[in-house]
Amino acid sequence: MSKIFIAFSIFVLVIACVKEKNDAEQNFSIRIPDHFPAVNYDLTLNPISKEGFELGRKLFYDPILSRDSSISCGSCHQQSAGFTQHGHDISHGIDDLLGTRNALPVMNLIWNKSFFWDGGVHNLDFVPINAITSKVEMDESLENAIGKLNRHPQYPSLFKSWINVDKIESKDLLKALSQFMAFCVSANSKYDQSLQVNSVQLTSDEFEGLQLVNTKCSPCHSTALFTDFSFRNNGLVLTGDLGRYKASLVDSDLYRFRVPSLRNLSYTAPYMHDGRFRTIDQVLDHYANKVVMSATLDSNLIRKEGLGIPLTEEEKTKIKLFLKTLDDESFIRNPILSEQ
Amino acid sequence: MKFNLLNILFAIGLISFISFSCNDEHDNSPGSVVLEFDHRWGTQELKLNSSLLTPAGDSVKFTAFRYFISNISFLKADGSEYKVPNSYFLVDHELDKSREITLTNIPADDYRAVQFIIGVDSAKSTTALDQRTGVLDPATGAQGMYWAWNSGYIFIKVEGESPSAPIDSITLKRRFWYHIGGFGGYSSPTINNIKSVSAVSDDDVAHVNGSAEPTFHMIVDLQEFFMNPTNLSIKQNPVVMFAPYSTTIANNYTDMIKLDHIHQ
Ligand code: HEC
Ligand code: HEC
Repeated sequence: MSKIFIAFSIFVLVIACVKEKNDAEQNFSIRIPDHFPAVNYDLTLNPISKEGFELGRKLFYDPILSRDSSISCGSCHQQSAGFTQHGHDISHGIDDLLGTRNALPVMNLIWNKSFFWDGGVHNLDFVPINAITSKVEMDESLENAIGKLNRHPQYPSLFKSWINVDKIESKDLLKALSQFMAFCVSANSKYDQSLQVNSVQLTSDEFEGLQLVNTKCSPCHSTALFTDFSFRNNGLVLTGDLGRYKASLVDSDLYRFRVPSLRNLSYTAPYMHDGRFRTIDQVLDHYANKVVMSATLDSNLIRKEGLGIPLTEEEKTKIKLFLKTLDDESFIRNPILSEQ
Repeated sequence: MKFNLLNILFAIGLISFISFSCNDEHDNSPGSVVLEFDHRWGTQELKLNSSLLTPAGDSVKFTAFRYFISNISFLKADGSEYKVPNSYFLVDHELDKSREITLTNIPADDYRAVQFIIGVDSAKSTTALDQRTGVLDPATGAQGMYWAWNSGYIFIKVEGESPSAPIDSITLKRRFWYHIGGFGGYSSPTINNIKSVSAVSDDDVAHVNGSAEPTFHMIVDLQEFFMNPTNLSIKQNPVVMFAPYSTTIANNYTDMIKLDHIHQ
């Protein structure tokens, strides 16, 4: 009986997948999950199309955009690592200059209220400029990359069939990259599925883990994206990175960083803006025992009895079990998002 | 007597008729105005790569001097204002042509003053990609006058070499650089270095119409960047970018551009 049921479920799943794929190919619109908050990226200014998406994907994986054609966006944002960089705490770039921060995932970006750990950029279209112009503040421009694209045997005709331009301009390149990135939606984890009617259910431990996250982590890691996009100091031992202050120059923003999502954590280690923690155990241990005081420490982490978030071992286990339900295997394996 | 008066009346009538018809023939079609930016170092002409001494006593050789001029408007004699739509320009000392901005389609009138911003207004600094063409294109046109990590334009850029500056690890030269910007913040407030300049002429008037192209001759004294009210010491502040001290420098350069004269 149960075997028949499983076989039937697999059949339904396969049907669902096939159907989804056809839909995607036909009108190529992004499916906005019902349980997500409102989208922030104005899709009317850059309507998603198959040509645009495929062009954006090609560009994302093409090292042509870097000065010496050595790395692509995909080198630091690897799909198998949830579009972050495998095993790197701080990302390696061109000339092997060390970046100063842990790569953020290219995931659910049309919901972002701001970009980067310090929120200095407010619109997805403007994000890649930073990556392409490599070294901070060294007067490099995208001019070279645009020149290379215009001289390329394929790109001019690809851009032409997408938006009918004879000459590729920087805004066209940026919008094409946004087309691809906008499409990188991860909303098919076990947790997401559990919200559908007649679908998988969380185990009771996972469900308790969800409730713990909702009560203990939620002022910051809230909504279905598990971030409210605010900037907070979560009590890490301070380093030289001033965080949000760099972009605002307001003292109260010292050491505040954008609250990251909790989705796909199994693939995106290490954690925090500088990748200081390699495991979720270390993260939970931080919140439970190692939060340090500083002038801008978030008030949610200050209690009469002490700093941080009290967590028993049992609670930690349940939280970890729940966090696993936010892993979206179909996202990191989706062939549509891979290098072709 | 009577006859005389008639004569006079007739003369007056004739004169007014003539002047009336003259007025009628007067060109009332819109014209062009040129803003000329004459770069100086104190009283001398500004030259890049030549040795100069700052008010704080640092020896310098400039290698780059660029700034945005935007939101240009002209003041009429009656105090009313004409705003030049969508006026955004990048003045680059190394590009002679950029130091002469020609504004077309200015309504015929007499103008006594010009106003503008050194920098880019906050609305333009936060608008969508499609609204940023030409020198505002953050990726190409703005030519290094854009902060990619903190979406905003660099309003003014002054770079050079000086024995007072530390050795820069990339070029291995003693370099200083000042990249001043800050439009006030997108969602939460931060520094605002947008400076407006209002340059009035007491003596001259620009008569604008289709057959005249007056020039506002502006003197831009880079020395003002380094003094008044605060002497900028390269030794103490060799690099100033998006930082609180940038407001001190912005307060220096706010009166860097002055109207010298208007010529018809
Ligand atoms: C050298 C490694 C590297 C390369 C190459 C790279 N990135 Fe990144 N990316 C990073 C790092 C590190 C961050 C986080 C930086 C920060 O927050 O300060 C980041 C952040 C981002 C973000 C912001 C995500 C968020 O949630 O705020 C986006 C989007 C992004 N990159 C897209 C791209 C694109 C598109 C390209 C190619 C044009 C690219 N990246 C190339 C390392 C890289
Ligand atoms: C006061 C707000 C706040 C609370 C409460 C909070 N966090 Fe965080 N969390 C943050 C911020 C801010 C960061 C990023 C800090 C940084 O990198 O400097 C972060 C980072 C993380 C990361 C790293 C994610 C990544 O991609 O690098 C994990 C995992 C995490 N938090 C889990 C939790 C869990 C689990 C809880 C509840 C037990 C929790 N947090 C409670 C604010 C908070």
